[in-house]
Amino acid sequence: MQQSNLDFEYKFGFSMPQKYTFKSKKGLDEGVVKMISQMKKEPVWMTEFRLKAYGIFKKKPMPDWGADLSKINFDSMYYYIKPTDKQVNSWEDLPAEIKNTYDRIGVPEAEKKFLAGVSAQYESEVVYESINKELNKQGVLFCDMDTGLKKYPHLVKKYFGTLIPPHDNKFAALNSATWSGGSFVYIPKGVKVKMPLQAYFRINAERFGQFERTLIIAEEGAYVHYIEGCTAPIYTTQSLHSAVVEIFVHKNARVRYTTVQNWSNNVYNLVTKRARADENAIMEWVDCNIGSKVTMKYPSVYLYGEGARGEVLSIAYAGKNQHQDAGAKMLHFAPRTSSRIISKSISKAGGRTSYRGLVQIMPGAKKSSVYVSCDALILDEKSRSDTYPYMKIKQNDVSIQHEATVEKLGEEKLFYLTSKGISKSDAEGLLVNGFIDPVVKEIPLEYSIELNRLINLEMSGSVG
Amino acid sequence: MLQLKKVSVKVGKKEILKDFNFEFEKGKVYAVMGPNGSGKSTLAYAIAGHPAYKLDVGSLKLDGKEIRDKKPEERAKMGIFLSFQNPLSLSGVTVFQLLRIALGKKKDPLELKNEVETTARRLKINPELISRSLNDGASGGEKKKLEMPQAAILDPKLVIFDEIDTGVDVDALKTIAEFMDGNKKGKTFIVITHYNRILHYIKPDKVLVLMEGKLVKVGGAKLAEEIEKKGYEKVMS
Repeated sequence: MQQSNLDFEYKFGFSMPQKYTFKSKKGLDEGVVKMISQMKKEPVWMTEFRLKAYGIFKKKPMPDWGADLSKINFDSMYYYIKPTDKQVNSWEDLPAEIKNTYDRIGVPEAEKKFLAGVSAQYESEVVYESINKELNKQGVLFCDMDTGLKKYPHLVKKYFGTLIPPHDNKFAALNSATWSGGSFVYIPKGVKVKMPLQAYFRINAERFGQFERTLIIAEEGAYVHYIEGCTAPIYTTQSLHSAVVEIFVHKNARVRYTTVQNWSNNVYNLVTKRARADENAIMEWVDCNIGSKVTMKYPSVYLYGEGARGEVLSIAYAGKNQHQDAGAKMLHFAPRTSSRIISKSISKAGGRTSYRGLVQIMPGAKKSSVYVSCDALILDEKSRSDTYPYMKIKQNDVSIQHEATVEKLGEEKLFYLTSKGISKSDAEGLLVNGFIDPVVKEIPLEYSIELNRLINLEMSGSVG
Repeated sequence: MLQLKKVSVKVGKKEILKDFNFEFEKGKVYAVMGPNGSGKSTLAYAIAGHPAYKLDVGSLKLDGKEIRDKKPEERAKMGIFLSFQNPLSLSGVTVFQLLRIALGKKKDPLELKNEVETTARRLKINPELISRSLNDGASGGEKKKLEMPQAAILDPKLVIFDEIDTGVDVDALKTIAEFMDGNKKGKTFIVITHYNRILHYIKPDKVLVLMEGKLVKVGGAKLAEEIEKKGYEKVMS
C-alpha cells in the first residue's frame, strides 16, 4: 500500500492528502465559536445559540456513567475545517483526491443506483450533493444543514434544538456550539419519498472532531427513509465524532433512519439521536455500530401522540480495544403508544459491548405496550457484555415484555461447522452473521452485503 | 482406508476410548454398536477431529496419511463427514449457506441450490426447513434428515452416522436408510447405533461392539441380530 503524505503510522484504511482552504486553531473558546458562525454568515440567533451552548458545554461535567471518556482532550482538536471553497453538484466537479477517497469506500456503486439522493460529506462541510429533480418537484428539501439554515431559516428556527436542547448533555452542547454540516430534510404533507436518501461521510484529518447536525421533518402522512453510512481511516491520535440528530415525525407520518457506522477504531463516537412521534406516527431507528474506539449512542423516540410507534433495531460489534455502549430510549407520553427494541451485540478479542436502555411510561399513557429483546454474543473469554435495562412504569394497564440472552459462541457449534469443511474464521462469520440476521434483514441490500462482508473480515482477523 | 492403531482418547482426565485398533476398508459398511457410554460417539468425534476429543496416544491414518493433528476442516476436505447425533440449531444459518461456504468455488450456487432442493425432496424434508435457519424448530427426525443433503452434496469418502436412528420414526428411518443406500457409491460407512433397527435397511459388512471404551468383538451382520435378541451382556459373556 502507498504511504500517505501525513506523518502517522499507516495501519489500515487509507487517507488522502489534505487540501484545506481554512482550518481553525486547535482547541475551543468563545472566539472559535464566533468565528465558525461568522465564516458561515449565520443569522444572529444562531450565533447566540452557539455561544449559549458553549457556555453550557463548559459547565457540564463529563458523563461518568458509561464508557471511559477520560482520554478525550478537547484542547487538541480542531473545531472547524473547510476543505474546498464552494459546494459542487456533480461527481465530475469533485476534487480528484476526494473522488479517490469515495472511490475506495465504494460511493460510485451507490452513485449509480441512487444518484438522486446522495449528499456526501467530506470533513465538516458538504462538498458534494446531487438532488433528484423529482424530489424537488414534490417539495422535498434535502441539503446540508448549513444550506438549510441559509435557505429555510424559518423552518430551521422552528425545530432546531427544540428536541435536543444544548443542556441535554455535554456532547449535545458541544455539537450545538460547533456544528457544521449534516443533513436538512423536509418532507411535505402526504409526500412519500420512494428511494432512500443517503449521506456518506468520513473524517480525514488528524485530531479533527466532526460535529454534524441533522434535522429531519416529516409532515403529516409523509414517509422517508434516510441512510447514513460511514467509514474512516485509522489515525494514531484520538478523534471525536459527536453528532446530533433531531427528527420530527408528524401525525400519520413515518421515518426510518438507518445507520451503518464503521469509524476507525480510534474515534470516539458520541452521538445524540432523538425523534418525536406524533399521533399514529412511526419512527424506526436501524442502528449498526461496527467501528469506533468508544461509541455512546442511544437513539430515542418520544412517543407524544396517541397510537405512535417507535422502534430501535440495533447491532453493535466490539473487537479489540473497542467499547460499544449503545441502546435505546423509549418514552411513552400518550395512550396506546407502542415501542419495540431489538438489540444484538457481539464482542470479540477483548471487546466490550453494553446495552443501555430506558423505557419510561408516563402517567396517562395507558394501554401502551413495550417489547425489549437484547441478545449478546460473546466470542471468547477475554470479551465482555453487560446489560443495563431501565424501566420506569408510572401507569397501570400496560404491557411490558423484556427478554435478554447472553450466548457464548460455543466449541460445539464451531465444531459442527468446521467438521463440514468450513474454516474456523468462516464458521465464526457464519454464526455471527446468523445471529444478527434479524436486524440485517431490515437494512437495504447493498448495506447488508457490506455489513456481512465487514463481519467476515472482522472474524478473519484482517481488520483492527 | 481408515486405520486406527492403539488409539486412546481422554476427555478431561477420563480415558473414554482405550487402545482401539481397527482398519476400516474402502467401500464397506460398518456398524459400531455398544451400550450407552461405551465410547461410540467419542470414536466418531476423534475421527472427525473434535478439539476436545484429541488422541491421547495412537495413530489415525486416512489412506495412509497421518491425520491425528489435522483440524476438523482439513479432515473434512480429505473426505471425512460426520452426521451428528444431535445436529445443533444455528440461528440465521441455512443449509444452503453452510454448503456454499464449505464447497467454496467448487460448485455453482444455482447448481447447488438445485441439488439441495432435489435431495430435500427425495428425503421428504419440509421445503420450509431448507430456507429456514438450520435445524431451527425442526423435530428430531427432521434434524437427522437435514444432515443427509450435506452428506450427499459434500461427497465424502467416509461417512460416520452417529445414531442416525434415534429419535426417528419408522417412516423417516426408511427414507433415510434408502437415501444412504442410494448414495453409497463406493463410500465407506460407519453406522453408529444402539439397535439393530437401521441395520434391517442397510446391511453391515462388519459389526464392531464397544464396551467400556474397548473394542470387544468384531463379527458379521449376524452379530447385530444376536445382540438384538439377547442383549449386550449375554452376547459378550
